[in-house]
Amino acid sequence: MSESMTRQKMREQPPEIRKRNFKEVALGFDGETAKIEAARCLNCKNARCVSGCPVGMNIPAFIDLIKRGDTAAAFLEIQKNNGLPGICGRVCPQEEQCERLCVRNNPNAGGAVSIGALERYAADFAAENRIEDTAVTQKNKFRVAVVGSGPAGLTVAGELAANGCAVTVFEAFHKPGGVLAYGIPEFRLPKALVQSETDALARLGVSIRTNVIIGKTISLEDLSAEYDAIFIGTGAGLPLFLSIPGENLNGVYSANEFLTRVNLMRAYEKDAATPVFVGKKVAVVGAGNVAMDAARTALRMGAEVCIVYRRSRAEMPARLDEIRHAEEEGVVFRFLTAPTEILGEGGYVSGMKCMKMRLGEPDRKGRKRPIPIEGGEYVLECDEVIVALGTSPNPIIRLSTDIIKFNPNGTIAVDENFRTSKARIYAAGDAVTGAATVILAMGNGKAAARAIIGDLENAAPRV
Amino acid sequence: MYKIVKKRYFTESVIEYVIEAPLVTRRCLPGQFVILRVDGDGERIPLTIADYDRERGLVTVLVQSVGYSTMKLAQKNQGDFVEDFAGPLGGHTDLSGFKSVLLVAGGIGSAVILPQAKNRRGAGFRTDAVLGARTAALLPYEDELRTAADNLVVVTDDGSTGGKGFVTDAVKRLIESGRKYDAALAVGSMPMMRAVSELTKIYGIYTLVSMNTIMVDGTGMCGCCRLTVGGEVKYACVDGPEFDGHAVDFDEAINRAAFYKHTERAHICRLTAAAK
Repeated sequence: MSESMTRQKMREQPPEIRKRNFKEVALGFDGETAKIEAARCLNCKNARCVSGCPVGMNIPAFIDLIKRGDTAAAFLEIQKNNGLPGICGRVCPQEEQCERLCVRNNPNAGGAVSIGALERYAADFAAENRIEDTAVTQKNKFRVAVVGSGPAGLTVAGELAANGCAVTVFEAFHKPGGVLAYGIPEFRLPKALVQSETDALARLGVSIRTNVIIGKTISLEDLSAEYDAIFIGTGAGLPLFLSIPGENLNGVYSANEFLTRVNLMRAYEKDAATPVFVGKKVAVVGAGNVAMDAARTALRMGAEVCIVYRRSRAEMPARLDEIRHAEEEGVVFRFLTAPTEILGEGGYVSGMKCMKMRLGEPDRKGRKRPIPIEGGEYVLECDEVIVALGTSPNPIIRLSTDIIKFNPNGTIAVDENFRTSKARIYAAGDAVTGAATVILAMGNGKAAARAIIGDLENAAPRV
Repeated sequence: MYKIVKKRYFTESVIEYVIEAPLVTRRCLPGQFVILRVDGDGERIPLTIADYDRERGLVTVLVQSVGYSTMKLAQKNQGDFVEDFAGPLGGHTDLSGFKSVLLVAGGIGSAVILPQAKNRRGAGFRTDAVLGARTAALLPYEDELRTAADNLVVVTDDGSTGGKGFVTDAVKRLIESGRKYDAALAVGSMPMMRAVSELTKIYGIYTLVSMNTIMVDGTGMCGCCRLTVGGEVKYACVDGPEFDGHAVDFDEAINRAAFYKHTERAHICRLTAAAK
């Protein structure tokens, strides 16, 4: 095996082809490439990458196993810390986490080891070869309810089931997965993968009950009477809008709504029961991962798409890969542009008034503040606007209970171990942090699961 | 899967379904809604709860088959199953604190005012109700309302039963005859609720309307059901579905409700073609 200096790249569907289909863009490593990339890992004694992983995977250990050709063992090594590696390998911002801390992360060393791609490779290998962690026996020590089946909830459910708890997950929608099902598009995270991860939980004895809205169908109070502990991972809720005139015209979507129609309700399929409106020219407002997802989805539905962002490329919060993919596929970026009004004709979007901006001094968060340029107003031609500016926490539980405390911004108040103000009720994920990443929700979910098990065992009568 | 234990036709297109959903009946209250999906590829349809039986775990919904999904639902029969049935969602009707209330319904809106008429009678209040529709066949629950309300006025656009005219004509006559109302609840099409709200505003009668906006998830996630109430953006699924009719921007809401009318028409053509 030849030793490679430089970071191996995953194969991808060519932009000209993929921008017209919903199949996955990144195709993963083949066995050969995976081994070459794994051999680049220096197996550092003090592996800094591990400290950059929110779930603390033993990264050098699993990469070493891939290098030796034992991918099944690599998968089982990953599973010790990460119940959803196929998902994390695809959607984690590795460049800001594990890979950022890799000692090879500089051009002279060929670039960081491609940890995410290797993780994905091991997970996909395990799925194809039906490798499962079957060591767990259900002991049903405690009964725990998990509210929400997104990344936080699934992680907690997996951790608790592996530790002998009887877990019931309550999901408000008809399908489990939360943002993995409704938010992240098929071409970035195939839904079959989400399904196989939830199936794996079922095999661990986790029961997933869809169509149950905690706070409505069952109150949090009733739930706490029935279960030894409750974990709340209800995720992000209502979308934020721009608060400019015209936002309620037909043809203005939140990214949540647009993506839900297309992903969860499969509106991209011919004859889908749920409609979605796709204009000829779509303007997506925002510059995070969700904005990239919405833009690339609209593109695949046949629209001309531009991203409108009031700062410049350097300040974009999206992952570099997502930005690159969007650019390659033909999404146009209009930087230093702030929408001021959405124009309508006959009740439908007919254009968007924008203001040209320049960057001023950094604000408190260190990002340069956009300042309007005098006389910089113009009308952007578009017939659809998708607003991707983030979300506020889901309000249903907050409006239905006073047994747990909330922060002024609507997030659930928790301590450093993700305990809420009420004993035996825990929370993590976007419901606690506000809109963040899948892996952060998982990392915090994992810590919450540890606290749940610890607290329950401490409180349980000794036999 | 949720069983349709009873299906009753009022007309060819106005159908009552009684669905077995014990969990939904645990806490549901009048005015709240459910999300129903007919089959595995189905749309999430919001439907107001018309009645419920907690002991038997049954929920009644009244559906007018006007779109693709409600027409697909109409193809299901007693004993068949629907894929999903989630709820209760939204807030319930709250008319407590009002002594004298006028209930106004257009067409299938009667399903929403009927439990209010029953409740208020149970609580010892006097209740007047107005029920209107295009024609006599489209007046579901007329008999039940006649029993529950102290005074029911029925009107039809074509005069085929009751008085000829719109519900607003009947409301105006009641008010001008000297009846005093602290509040009104108007449930029906958006233009009907707007007309009633405009009228009651003149007389200073606080009016609740039930905003049947388009929804996707119905659980405070997507923002599809947004509307402007008193100059502020509200979400029908979590802030509603009932709002102060004098504060609702009906022009905007009516425009938003018509967003997919072109797509819907094409869909129904395919459905009826397939049925033939």
